[in-house]
Amino acid sequence: MDNMTLIVLLLILMGVAYQLGLTRSRAVASNTTGRMNSRPGYYGWLVALWCGLPALLVFVLWTLLEPAVIRSVVFSQLPPEMSNLSSQQVGNLMQRLGDIASGYGVSGEPAPYEVAAAETLARLRGIGELAKIAVMASLALGGLFIARGRIRPQLRARNHVEKVVNVGLLLCSGVAILTTVGIVFSMFGEAMRFFSFVNPLDFFFGLNWNPRFSSTGHSSYGDFGLLPLLWGTLMISIIALLVAVPVGLMTAIYMSEYAPSWLRSFAKPVIEVLAGIPTIVYGVFALMVVGPFFSSVGDLVGIQIRSTSALTAGFVMGVMIIPFVSSLSDDIISQVPQSLRDGSLGMGATKSETIRQVVLPAALPGIVGAFLLAASRAIGETMIVVLAAGNSPVLHANPFEAVSTVTVTIVNQLTGDTDFASPQSLVAFALGLTLFVITLGLNVVALYIVRKYREQYD
Amino acid sequence: MKMVDPEVMVQHRDDRQSQSPASQTVKISARDVKIYYGDTQAIKGIDLDIMENEVISFIGPSGCGKSTFLRALNRMNDTIEGSRLEGTVTLDGEDIYDPSLDVVLLRAKVGMVFQKPNPFPKSIYDNIAYGPRLHGLAKRKYDLDEIVETSLRKAGLWEEVKDRLDKPGTGLSGGQQQRLCIARAIAVSPEVILMDEPCSALDPIATAKIEELIDELTESYTIVIVTHSMQQAARVSHRTAYFHLGELVEVNDTETVFTKPENELTEAYITGRFG
Amino acid sequence: MANSTMESGVDPRARIQSQVEQSLRRRHAREKRFRRFGLTAVMLGLAFVAVLFVSIFSRGLPAFWQSTLTLDVRFDPAVLDMGPPPQQKPEESPRDFQQRLNAWNFQLTMASWNTILEDALIAEKPALEEHRRQLRKLFTSGAKYRLRDLVAEDPSLIGRSREVTLLADAEVDVWIRGNIDRSLPDARLQLSPEVRRIADELHEDGLLDVTFSTTLFTNSDSRSSPASAGLAGAFMGSLFMMLVVIVLAVPVGVASAIYLEEFAPKNRLVDLIEVNINNLAAVPSIVFGLLGASIFINWFRLPLSAPLVGGLVLSLMTLPTVIITTRSALKAVPPSIRQAALALGASRVQTVFQQVLPLAIPGILTGAIIGVAQALGETAPLLLIGMNAFVANIPTTPFEQSTALPVQIYLWQGNEMRNFFEARTSAAIIVLLLMMITLNAFAIWLRKKFERRW
Repeated sequence: MDNMTLIVLLLILMGVAYQLGLTRSRAVASNTTGRMNSRPGYYGWLVALWCGLPALLVFVLWTLLEPAVIRSVVFSQLPPEMSNLSSQQVGNLMQRLGDIASGYGVSGEPAPYEVAAAETLARLRGIGELAKIAVMASLALGGLFIARGRIRPQLRARNHVEKVVNVGLLLCSGVAILTTVGIVFSMFGEAMRFFSFVNPLDFFFGLNWNPRFSSTGHSSYGDFGLLPLLWGTLMISIIALLVAVPVGLMTAIYMSEYAPSWLRSFAKPVIEVLAGIPTIVYGVFALMVVGPFFSSVGDLVGIQIRSTSALTAGFVMGVMIIPFVSSLSDDIISQVPQSLRDGSLGMGATKSETIRQVVLPAALPGIVGAFLLAASRAIGETMIVVLAAGNSPVLHANPFEAVSTVTVTIVNQLTGDTDFASPQSLVAFALGLTLFVITLGLNVVALYIVRKYREQYD
Repeated sequence: MKMVDPEVMVQHRDDRQSQSPASQTVKISARDVKIYYGDTQAIKGIDLDIMENEVISFIGPSGCGKSTFLRALNRMNDTIEGSRLEGTVTLDGEDIYDPSLDVVLLRAKVGMVFQKPNPFPKSIYDNIAYGPRLHGLAKRKYDLDEIVETSLRKAGLWEEVKDRLDKPGTGLSGGQQQRLCIARAIAVSPEVILMDEPCSALDPIATAKIEELIDELTESYTIVIVTHSMQQAARVSHRTAYFHLGELVEVNDTETVFTKPENELTEAYITGRFG
Repeated sequence: MANSTMESGVDPRARIQSQVEQSLRRRHAREKRFRRFGLTAVMLGLAFVAVLFVSIFSRGLPAFWQSTLTLDVRFDPAVLDMGPPPQQKPEESPRDFQQRLNAWNFQLTMASWNTILEDALIAEKPALEEHRRQLRKLFTSGAKYRLRDLVAEDPSLIGRSREVTLLADAEVDVWIRGNIDRSLPDARLQLSPEVRRIADELHEDGLLDVTFSTTLFTNSDSRSSPASAGLAGAFMGSLFMMLVVIVLAVPVGVASAIYLEEFAPKNRLVDLIEVNINNLAAVPSIVFGLLGASIFINWFRLPLSAPLVGGLVLSLMTLPTVIITTRSALKAVPPSIRQAALALGASRVQTVFQQVLPLAIPGILTGAIIGVAQALGETAPLLLIGMNAFVANIPTTPFEQSTALPVQIYLWQGNEMRNFFEARTSAAIIVLLLMMITLNAFAIWLRKKFERRW
């Protein structure tokens, strides 16, 4: 019986339990003089929850733990020389044993110890499955009958059910916290392992990025200097902001202060489309269209512009965040009270004078916050730079040349490599941690500024 | 409801008239003015002359169109999408709705003070200097300093703020903010000042100060004031116009309006039967 | 006193007016400039959208049409010298049977399929017999496997004929559709003059024709044969991941939004959760990939490249989006409705689930769709959990190896045979964009349909 069937059966049983609780509570109600505490449906729910929840909990734990338990039992039977296999080999061996156990052909003749282990495996799996079903069934039925037996007029079924609902909802909101904790711990743990290979100072202040070959000689793993990557990230983000901020801000201003309503209702959603396009599409666009275009423009004016360069990646990224900047700015500009505009217009200021000298200064903190959010987005963007930045982790200040970024390097170092033991792949986590801290910092500051700004005009 | 004691009012009126009789030159003239917001008509044909150096109050129940009409006098309604005006409004005989007229110039001549004090989020100095800078009225820093000081003095605010001109205008009290806004308006030496319920957000003491200020300003400015308070209208204005549902019901000397209203709607309003 | 500071003599107001008038031209010019600048910005934004779409569509649309050869293929028993497929005998162990079956399949694969292809062409045009060795260059390498699969599916085909539509080789496709300068010297053309001539002849006869490419949708990826590489595998992978997101991120996100908006007390913990969600929304997607690699792959030992893991990572990534949009949907339900229900004696839970939630459903659905769309378009985190592996099969469960649409785009643009894959890449982008547009259009439709003014 596979897990799916088991869950479906459990759900059916919960349905039955609901019905039983319902009828039972009606029977109790007709036999008593007083009122039932809750409506019959709640008694039904209570019984169903008692029936389903414990069994479900056991099911989840069992499913999570069973493979590990079985693996350790099986491996304890294997000859001692098999004890120090890599994780990849362990997986392969378990796969092979599983194939032997199920009678499906494997390549080569299975060794005797393999056959024995496979038999244990098959036996354990059989026992495990039966035991799981037995435990779940007894819990479900036990819960059902206990809960059904407890139905009394005084039983505050509604409160019990609502308590469960409340706890369930709280647990769900806990997932977000858990995610953050997961991010922090996994990043931190793996980054620490990386720093056991490479001195943190060499990482954070190193000027060379060259993880494969050891040329300078002070570490046998190559150079893991963060600065070239950080510099590339910064350069691309600045170019992106140089594109997105003027265009986005002016778009927001024009849309909210000048545009006739027909233009607004057409242009606004069209520009918003830019925000919904997947980044990989921008990446391919940069690579196929924008890069060659810049490169030929460069030829025309006599400047050498590589088609994959900081300029290409930054420009396309800027285009991507235009709607982000414009909708945030729009939001913030529209919070500036009309009375300030009236005050300025009433003095005989023109519209642009009003915008530049009253509205924008008043909105400045909010707009700065928006720019920080945009910057944090640019820094964390991956696919555009992977495709269009040229991947050259060298410190230089020429935007027409290829650069590399933190995100690109994470992808390069970790793609296709799941052996988490070498500094070459572990460095991805140190980079990820750096990225996480930078974007988080920017974000916290930006959100703080924006919130303060909103309070000012509330 | 607000009840007006005619005795007090008349006394006050006499007092004022002896000081500054309004001239007989027509400053602003409205003829058959109709204002629409989209399809709804807010003003239904108003004729009104406003004299030079007089203080005229617009009173009437909420939604009667008095603010709308006021905003039409320096074309502030232009900023509201879908608003449209028929008829003519002239300033010194010049049609202010003429397409060739520059609205910037008009608003420099006809300043405005709003219901809620709205100092810009700048320093007190920059608030006052805003208009002169826009219009290029001061060539040198010295000139600008002088304009700022004069305007603040005229608004009776100089003594209170002269030591903190570089502090933000939003840090002042409500009444001070409103006087700052008046100072800001007079810094460009307008001919007419429109005031849209300038005291509705202020406490009685601040209100008294503003009213005093209006009294002083009337020497050199024509002032049109929209007010919810009949006492205020009685205290500050030479003439009073009563608006009702987009129509100008009655306009006359303030004394006459409050003591012997010609129209029964006016009477009903000033005696507090609605408001 | 009024104008005591102004210069005496001239009327100060007249002087001011002339000063204002002097400044007007300059100021109006500046106004116009500012306005033009704003309009330019809007136009630039619109132009970017236009250039993006036009360039993608103009490159990608042709890839939906491909050169195919429609032939009557005879599965000649003389060439396919094989017995019927093995049947499981009662006394046989599954392992032995599997071995016999593998042997049969191996024999089938090794058959001389090229001969069959050549024979089929020659049967149509006997004159081609003298060019027999050239003919195989007309087909993609995948054509052989297609014939093999037909036989494996239905072994009774051996000895019979059947009309089959086969993809032409990518080079032939380029030649036929004129995507290459036909006047180039031989040395610079990939195809020999002989093959080019044959291709042109077949094209005139209608045997070789450009038709709408269904294989783009039904085939899985192919590394070596650009003409037969399809999106089906990636599509299924994306579909499974979207399913995981719908099953995990949407309910959990909606539940936590309900808790935070309706039940949460005002305390430090709840504040922490709120701040945390806002910040989580801004964490770069690649960080979620690292999380997946470290926790799901390295710790829980979940399989690499599986849509299940991809879906888990994307669920965590889209969770904040779902929570934030659901919360704003709940916020939009006016408090009066809650108060009315509470005043009638309903409990908090009853109020929320029976009154508030039904009203917020359209907004919640919109949020869910936005979250799913976000998951559909994401690439970077999937690269870190091995979803960029080459997968030749179409996955049938979320546990099998698979890739995803955006990752497929990434893989194709990086293929060594880039010039052939460029059109495919754009075609894949078109498919992806169409899916995104459909999802978003659905969201907009929902919002319009249930838009309510309180």
